[in-house]
Amino acid sequence: MISSAKNAPADAFAAFLDQDLSTKLLRFTTAGSVDDGKSTLIGRLLHDSKAVYEDQLASVKRSRINRSTGPIDFSLITDGLRAEREQGITIDVAYRYFATSRRKFIIADTPGHEQYTRNMATGASTADLAVILIDATKGLLAQTRRHAFIASVLGIKHVLAAVNKMDLAEYREDLFLKLKDDFVTLAAQLGITNVQCIPISALEGDNIVERSARMRWYDGPTLLEHLETVPLPDSDSLEGFRFPIQSVIRPDANFRGFAGRIASGVVRPGDSVVALPSGQKTRVHSIVTYDGDLPRASSPMSVTLQLEAEIDLSRGDMLVSSLDVPRVARNFHATVVWLHANPLELGRTYLVKHTVRQTKIRATRIRHRVNINTLMQEQATQLRMNEIGSVEFEANVPLFFDPYASNRTTGSFILIDALSNATVGAGMIQEDPAAKRGSAPAEAAANLRIPAGSPVSAQERRIRRGHWPAVLLLEGRQALATRLERHLFEQGFEVLHLTDSAVSTVALSETIRVTQAAGIVVLYSGSDLDAETKRLIATNSEGRFFDLAESKTSHLSEEEHAGQALAFAQALRLPRAEKNQEKVN
Amino acid sequence: MGISEISIERQDSSVASESPELLVSKRLNHLRMLESESIYILREAAAEFARPVMLYSIGKDSSVMLRLAQKAFFPGKIPFPLLHIDTSFKFPEMIEFRDSYAKQIGAELIVHKNQDALDAGANPFLLGTQKCCGLLKTKSLLDALTEGGFDAAFGGARRDEEKSRAKERIYSFRDSLGQWDPKNQRPELWNIFNSRLDKGESIRVFPLSNWTELDVWLYIHVEQIPIVPLYFSREREVVLRNGSIVVINNSSQLLPGEKTQTLKCRMRSLGCVSCTGAIRSEADTLPKIIEEMVSFRRSERENRAIDHDEEGSMELKKREGYF
Ligand SMILES: Nc1nc2c(ncn2[C@@H]2O[C@H](COP(=O)(O)OP(=O)(O)OP(=O)(O)O)[C@@H](O)[C@H]2O)c(=O)[nH]1
Ligand SMILES: [Mg+2]
Repeated sequence: MISSAKNAPADAFAAFLDQDLSTKLLRFTTAGSVDDGKSTLIGRLLHDSKAVYEDQLASVKRSRINRSTGPIDFSLITDGLRAEREQGITIDVAYRYFATSRRKFIIADTPGHEQYTRNMATGASTADLAVILIDATKGLLAQTRRHAFIASVLGIKHVLAAVNKMDLAEYREDLFLKLKDDFVTLAAQLGITNVQCIPISALEGDNIVERSARMRWYDGPTLLEHLETVPLPDSDSLEGFRFPIQSVIRPDANFRGFAGRIASGVVRPGDSVVALPSGQKTRVHSIVTYDGDLPRASSPMSVTLQLEAEIDLSRGDMLVSSLDVPRVARNFHATVVWLHANPLELGRTYLVKHTVRQTKIRATRIRHRVNINTLMQEQATQLRMNEIGSVEFEANVPLFFDPYASNRTTGSFILIDALSNATVGAGMIQEDPAAKRGSAPAEAAANLRIPAGSPVSAQERRIRRGHWPAVLLLEGRQALATRLERHLFEQGFEVLHLTDSAVSTVALSETIRVTQAAGIVVLYSGSDLDAETKRLIATNSEGRFFDLAESKTSHLSEEEHAGQALAFAQALRLPRAEKNQEKVN
Repeated sequence: MGISEISIERQDSSVASESPELLVSKRLNHLRMLESESIYILREAAAEFARPVMLYSIGKDSSVMLRLAQKAFFPGKIPFPLLHIDTSFKFPEMIEFRDSYAKQIGAELIVHKNQDALDAGANPFLLGTQKCCGLLKTKSLLDALTEGGFDAAFGGARRDEEKSRAKERIYSFRDSLGQWDPKNQRPELWNIFNSRLDKGESIRVFPLSNWTELDVWLYIHVEQIPIVPLYFSREREVVLRNGSIVVINNSSQLLPGEKTQTLKCRMRSLGCVSCTGAIRSEADTLPKIIEEMVSFRRSERENRAIDHDEEGSMELKKREGYF
């Protein structure tokens, strides 16, 4: 249809299509206190970049409501609910779409009112960038801080601070510089590194799309210029492969595929993968799509994977790279934004939805709550609506996760009240230094375990043995440990069973460190380890650490426990490709 | 097909080279991004709800949604039925297309009419668009959902269509009367959806929430998705009524005193014959439609009588249970 070179219009269309399909998408959110002018700004941005249809603009002009001091109340372009127009505030997030020749945008215009913080969090959770507004006549307010803080805990990397209503401040440079200073200080406290400050008037249109003639002292980009040029996050990252299974596709006896959306990383046919929670290992046979099989797929593509081996896998399970596995644990801690009028209660059972897995969970301890005004950590026994804190959790079954900072998909979860069905909290899992996961890139750290100057690297030892070192804590289960030692040895593992008579508890973590350096899988069957010792063992094994106590549920039989331990050990095996390196090197 | 080739090609070339331009293009193009998000949503809802159904309106958005469902469950079949709320005032071309296409792709199709209201003589001329829509679309839809015991219904609505839709969640909760409470929506962070319901409650799921009208046309073009011929321009018998171009299929649709004329026109969005105006257009191919689309200065719903009865009328209809 568009192939003929002689056909000029068709050629133009082909060029248009090519350009449009290669345009990249930036998702951004507005944030800031009530009445700072967020909706007015978005209305103005859409209007000035000609993204508002004439009939839509006409309906705004016709409206009997105009709370602005100009001829058009631009906030009405996004404040689409009756209640919003009547009250002159934004209640819930509005999503708007527009494109320039350089980029496509999805905008979330969020409410500034404290009561609707949950809706701000909704809009911000998927954003790459936040436009935080500051009313030039008011400066930084509590809500400005709260929103900046929420933006930072949600992992938004780029912040554009728009100092608005400069028209009410005589377009003064000194005032802008002071507010810019205030904001940069706040951003630094929050760890936000990419900050751009722009003086604007949303109402008058200064520095939105057009450069302001009234602020010649400002020589930075306009708001739109910045949005069009800010670097985009790379979706095809080097992170480990994570594939939460949404469903099993089985149209007939000949086909069994696992449908899901790649949360991170890349997958190719032949890749070695581990199924969680079973720990079974296999290879990817093919990447199936409606448009044909693919040679390679990356996040965030939705695909269907066929595996080489028939393994047990269902919705909520996860396929992961065998070289870089996530943490598998029932206990973790997370930054939580509380979204509901009934406060977070310790010990109460909630539902958790993490990737596509849903289970029960309890908060066991609140490490601290953050005071929004001072950004200081304070003691707390509950989290009330809109409060943010660091909370320890215990789930009913293990979750497979990464820290939110390195993986937004496997590091996030929501909490649901099982009685009211309301979404009550949002959590971002924090890095746990005591349980760093083992991975190929962690090689540098692994080398530290070896006495300085050792001529043999950890990788070489690992390749010789064909598996990673690890620790399995089987407290008080001497019989089970004895069985496992024999079994694993026969399977080719370098394995050693330590009892508490063989090594004292005091010397245990040090012994573990040495065995790990030697590349051995250790089974420990002594009992009554305290939390601190366990933490040390977890550190010294770099997170390749299996604790039977964590999965001890009364209904599990000895056989099932043995199965869990074996599955864990199977995941330690190196893929063939890495094993072969010994010959090459 | 076209899209996947483009993005794969770019990705592979970017692996080899470290030049900044190529690294930037590692990000999937936006249509692929939207496609993968929609497929994820379709799969989530299909897995989580006891009895989902897809509202199939035969229009361009439904056509895209249907193709995404085919992709989501490939090589399996679409694991839920399609539901068409037939007001019986739809264009005959739509009904023809619906029946043949559903058959061709092997989908299960349910057609529901509010027969009581039709028997009582309900029509837009007698009742006005508001009331007619209320009976033949909203009520009919709510009845069909209750009768079918459906706890989730996929809809092809997009947030860029209308200002109250811009406010809606991807999983949009409805109480036991099918009503939407826009002031009290569940927070919806990331792509983690809360599908918990009590008896009688339901959720409308909008897989195309983040698509724009242009995205839909581009996708139809690159995927070569069949659509109702009414979207393509040709000479049609029409009357000019209250400033809109109404396509006439038979003389019974004429009001007293009206006379037809022939006009080159097409539909930008599809609804009921008397309430959806055509636009003057020369666009008789997809590239021409897309080019025309890019130049539009007025919204696609402008030609829909129902949206303009009063300010905020879409919100009111949605609160009552409209799609
Ligand atoms: N003078 C002046 N007024 C402005 C400017 N921007 C916004 N306003 C006015 O400030 C008021 C609040 O604007 P909105 O855009 O509704 O504020 P908002 O931040 O979206 O408020 P919420 O969404 O409710 O938090 C309105 O009356 C606007 O007309 C500006 O640049 N200059
Ligand atoms: Mg607002």
